[in-house]
Amino acid sequence: MEIEKIDQIIDKHQSDASSLIQVLLEIQSENHWLPKEVLEHVSDRLQVPITRTMHIASFYKAFSLVPKGRNEVHICMGTACHVRGAKRILETVEDFTGIKPGETDVDMKFSLETVNCLGCCALGPVVEINGKTHGKLTVSETSEVLKSYE
Amino acid sequence: MSEIQLEIDGKQVKAKEGDTVLTAAEKAGMKIPKLCHNEKLIPYGGCRLCIVEVESRGASKLVVSCVYPVEENIVVKTRSEKINRIRKTILELLLAHAPASPSLQDLAHEYGADKNRFEKEASFCVHCGLCVRYCAEVKQLNALGFINRGVNKEICFIPHIAEKECSSCMECFPLCPTSYLQAAYVLVKGLTFTPDLTPLNINK
Repeated sequence: MEIEKIDQIIDKHQSDASSLIQVLLEIQSENHWLPKEVLEHVSDRLQVPITRTMHIASFYKAFSLVPKGRNEVHICMGTACHVRGAKRILETVEDFTGIKPGETDVDMKFSLETVNCLGCCALGPVVEINGKTHGKLTVSETSEVLKSYE
Repeated sequence: MSEIQLEIDGKQVKAKEGDTVLTAAEKAGMKIPKLCHNEKLIPYGGCRLCIVEVESRGASKLVVSCVYPVEENIVVKTRSEKINRIRKTILELLLAHAPASPSLQDLAHEYGADKNRFEKEASFCVHCGLCVRYCAEVKQLNALGFINRGVNKEICFIPHIAEKECSSCMECFPLCPTSYLQAAYVLVKGLTFTPDLTPLNINK
């Protein structure tokens, strides 16, 4: 990620130390992960010790300290999705992509993550890919959906 | 600063506004067990061992004395059956992580805590935060901090700062109740510091 882009985000928040989380969130959504150099640069600009930035970046699940694939797959494992067969959906996705939750495949095509509830239980089992919700999925539909992502 | 009158273990105690119950009790010569407290540092309320019973306006509650400010006319009990039981459980939980810690063992002896009550989880760190806070607040070097959260939370040195600053400071080492800090330092030193290759050290 270019340094100018990060500086732009920081300037938008008036280089205020209290907007550290907001800055990190914006970089996360632009870049999909937070490299070491970026964390160091943000710490310098916001005058926050690197220990604090690391504490926050490793605390929240919204931040990733490892590179993510082009398509981020979130599979809901909440109670409603669980009883409607989320486990089978997860197995299908694992078979299709060859990765387990928390991992990214070698071509950086997919990152897989399980979540505990996406808040739309009536649509269970739910899979969210790049922010788009796919509801009432069946095993066969799951592979079809995954095939449509490059 | 206005003075506040309160009762601790049946004794009338005067304290300054803004003091915590813990400092007021210690000024009056009473002993409250604590692990994460240090006069030089901002109160943290991490270990919960300094828990006491506070009675104000007829209602009694359990509070952590190192972060609870004194109030007019409160009645504080630093020892009771309930408090002893809670401290014993806290100690047993901490001992599952650091069974050989001297300060924990002393307290365990006092409260009759059994170090084998809970299954051992050898993380060694009890998250008192003394090292992290000392480095940040007193030395302002921020050579180490916490990372991750919950059961995965641990202390972590920042290699490039630690390499510059730690060898000449090491003031946080005696603060650690478990010696895990020293172990973490040896690890970061062995794994990340540039080796000292001057002729004197090369054969060591």
